[in-house]
Amino acid sequence: MTGATLHGLAAAILIGLGVFGLIAHASPLRKILAFNIVGSGVFLLAGALARRGAEAGFGGDPVLHAILITGIVVAFSATAMATAMLLRLRSVTDRTTLAETPPRHDADPPA
Amino acid sequence: MTETPAGLLIVLAVLLPFVGMMLALMAGGRNTPRVAAITIVCVVVTVAAIGLQVAHAPLVYQLGGWAPPLGVALRADGPAAGMMAVVTVVVAAIALYARRDFAVPEGLVEARAPLAFWLLLLAVWGSLNLIFVSGDLFTLYVGLELLTFAGVPLVCLDGRAETLRAALRYLLFALMGSLLYLLGTVLIFGVYGTLDIELLSRVIQPSLVTRTVLALMTAGLLAKTALFPLHIWLPPAHAGAPAAASAILSGLVIKGSWFLIVRLWFDVMPGVVTFGTAQLLGAMGAAAIVVGSIVALRQQRLKLLVAYSTVAQIGYLFLMFPLAFDASAGAMSGGNVLTAGLLQAASHATAKASMFMAAGLFYKALGHDRIAELGGAARALPITTLTFAMAGLALMGVVPSGAYLAKKLLLAAAADQGQWWWTVVLQGGAAFTAGYTVLVLRRLLASPMAPEREIARVSRLSECTALALALASLLLGFVAAVPGIGLPSGLISNPLAPSELLTICLVTGGGCLLAWGFAQRPSSVRPAKAAFVGVLVEDFDGLLRQWPAASLSLFAFAAAMGWLLQSGTAA
Amino acid sequence: MTAWLDSAALILLIGLAAWVVLGRNTFAAVAGFIAYGMLLGLVWVELQGIDVAMTEAAIGGGLTGALMIGAARRLKSAAPVAPATAGTLVIAIGVGAAMAAILAACVLALPNPAPSLASLVAGNIAATGVQNPITAVLLAFRSMDTLLEAVVLLLALIAVWSLAPDAEWPGRIGVPQTANPNGILAYIARVLPPIGLVIGFYIFWAGADQPGGKFQAATILAAMWLLIISAGLGKTPPVSSRWLRAGLIAGPIGFILVGAYGVASTGAFLGLPAAYAKPLIVTIEIALLPTLTLILALLIPPPLRKRAEA
Repeated sequence: MTGATLHGLAAAILIGLGVFGLIAHASPLRKILAFNIVGSGVFLLAGALARRGAEAGFGGDPVLHAILITGIVVAFSATAMATAMLLRLRSVTDRTTLAETPPRHDADPPA
Repeated sequence: MTETPAGLLIVLAVLLPFVGMMLALMAGGRNTPRVAAITIVCVVVTVAAIGLQVAHAPLVYQLGGWAPPLGVALRADGPAAGMMAVVTVVVAAIALYARRDFAVPEGLVEARAPLAFWLLLLAVWGSLNLIFVSGDLFTLYVGLELLTFAGVPLVCLDGRAETLRAALRYLLFALMGSLLYLLGTVLIFGVYGTLDIELLSRVIQPSLVTRTVLALMTAGLLAKTALFPLHIWLPPAHAGAPAAASAILSGLVIKGSWFLIVRLWFDVMPGVVTFGTAQLLGAMGAAAIVVGSIVALRQQRLKLLVAYSTVAQIGYLFLMFPLAFDASAGAMSGGNVLTAGLLQAASHATAKASMFMAAGLFYKALGHDRIAELGGAARALPITTLTFAMAGLALMGVVPSGAYLAKKLLLAAAADQGQWWWTVVLQGGAAFTAGYTVLVLRRLLASPMAPEREIARVSRLSECTALALALASLLLGFVAAVPGIGLPSGLISNPLAPSELLTICLVTGGGCLLAWGFAQRPSSVRPAKAAFVGVLVEDFDGLLRQWPAASLSLFAFAAAMGWLLQSGTAA
Repeated sequence: MTAWLDSAALILLIGLAAWVVLGRNTFAAVAGFIAYGMLLGLVWVELQGIDVAMTEAAIGGGLTGALMIGAARRLKSAAPVAPATAGTLVIAIGVGAAMAAILAACVLALPNPAPSLASLVAGNIAATGVQNPITAVLLAFRSMDTLLEAVVLLLALIAVWSLAPDAEWPGRIGVPQTANPNGILAYIARVLPPIGLVIGFYIFWAGADQPGGKFQAATILAAMWLLIISAGLGKTPPVSSRWLRAGLIAGPIGFILVGAYGVASTGAFLGLPAAYAKPLIVTIEIALLPTLTLILALLIPPPLRKRAEA
């Protein structure tokens, strides 16, 4: 088994762990952390693929590396936006989880 | 593959909205809407020019002069040009509608919500155009994220806790979808060494990896499109946003990820798709229509009703997938069925945007949107009532609306392939749509409960814009007469022909029955039997929209699709 | 690097990820995440991706870590979150494990030899005038992605701004800064920025031919600016500031102008005429540097003062 394959398998485990966290945690901050773990797993998988495609004197496929850099920046933007939204939610309410108030069956909800 | 001389137009269509966004940010204050207006005029001209070109032949542009796989190509084919045209019409209408709502208030140099609204509107537009024309899977990923980042803040422009929560839900679930899409992109590069759609379409073969990729990417995109049961974020987000923003979100934003699914299934990997997976996607569409409509019928707030009707209408957009699967070739094939799907997207974009606009106007005039207390609204806002009715008719598929044409094409395909069950779904769906339209109209036309309630004035321009958009949806069927579309003639029949009138009567009658059965009523009246089913469906919907259940649905769908892709080929 | 060291680093990485995901305590999870980001940087070095390693360390580890620490501190006073129910845990474990398994199967099923665009990059890199192949991809072959990525960042900032309370608009967004001008932070904030500035500009300049570039440089410059702001030695500009807005759009607008020049000189938008390819690439990077620095710094909320929960 080559080093790149090993990295690919590790990436698969990281993605699995992150997906677990995304589902299991009710706290949005923990979801954001888990999102970053999944993201880094995807990037690591891309890195492993880039390493497999090493040729022409480059240590890895530079196109994949460039795509990765763009991906990391986009993921950071998403994280910043989600965090800002969460902090704003915190500043207007105590309850920061995503659960809605349960549905009502009575005929007249408050305005 | 070769570049076309007018290809630079596509670059303009993608970049002009973003340039406008940046200049509008720089201009600031009262100049922001002005810059936005100038940008809209420029893009309208560009998109019109693209339409004229594409009528002859698709446009291709290689950015930087670098040919794929090293470079990135933009391509405008018929579907892309059509979608761009629809989005252009809707964006222009929304801008006119929102001119008053998002003007800078007197006495202020600049206000937060108007600045954000105009910048985000332009950003949504640029992202959608990018998604329609991009020929590269990774550039499409960037476009998807742009669309999400532009769409989500529109939900919480008012800064209330409930809308912030809805926006955060939307963002996190959409990000989960993005990651699945990106994962697929990476894997596909690992197998084929290119991300270009056209190059990929020539080499892609069904294999473990490509099947996984198709399952993951479709699931991720469905999360962003909010197809039932992945609609966890849609109702609170679309109902909580300001009306103009809801029109953008419901009419336009969800079409971006939907269009990308169409690209994947029809252009990138048509041969990987199997009969079973296409049926699965259609079945989810059918479930969306049933559950979304029943829950819509049970809403007490107009905006929530319209939001749930979007859940149902998204289902419609997926009915074309099973009918476009060519069993003899074992692949997806475009043709009339694809045209029908695009027509459905176009009619939904126009009709739903105008429906949200109308809902916003009622809210503004009455100060609330409680359906039970809408009485008298028709007398106060006759134009907007007419708008709501016309948008409802357009969604039902009455001659000569775009939805009618789409329905006719799909019914013909269903009869052709012997898939009668889609005929039932198509006709039943129209009855559901009739149901909630009739429900609302009855309330609007009722006499006011409290005659002394004061009615706020609404902008006449906004009213007329919404009406024009509903009218556009209702007349969309006439595109069949455009020679470039390539549809057979005689699809639009006389709206007063006995068969058409009979269909309308049956559909409306069915709708009235459904509305009578499912709608909530004052507790003094004994509920209909169907109301128990309604409560059950409502609880089921509430359960599915819990985060763990929605995530499970997302991955379970991916797993089911992967399994169907695998087993379909073994048979 | 030897195989066992490789495996040890990966096992540690997975362990840290598990810590981040499974830990009960949010602060411990955030601390674990920062360590995870650093270790990931090392793994990238092993994978021969020095540029990615620098980006990952700067943005994935550093800036995201700073965001998370700030957020965790601000959320400390929020209502406690109920722990996951058994049903949720079962779903999460099942889905996570299935996902890992299917991806592992895909990794093992990838074709050999792997496809690669490396040779194609090598064959065309001369036309771009730069020697770092990743810079060539980012600013020549796939420059559209880089242009759009700058727009993504700007859009994220607009989104964050759109969340501001109306009362703060159009002023300085965030918590007012009051810090002790004689404190240790202020001392560091006087000494470190000049050094950071030099390193930042060096990394920026080197990026054309060696690993490094605008993003890594912008992160360092943004960090220095944030340091000055948190020490109370400077203020974030008000959102209405003309120069701030000009700086925010300078990068993408400059990029598009260079692209338009490409239409005139080579007939293709974003095309680079062979004779001026490198100067044009450097021009784009110079235009992007202030934009990226401003956005990266403004996306990080200012640090929380002792009792300044706004």
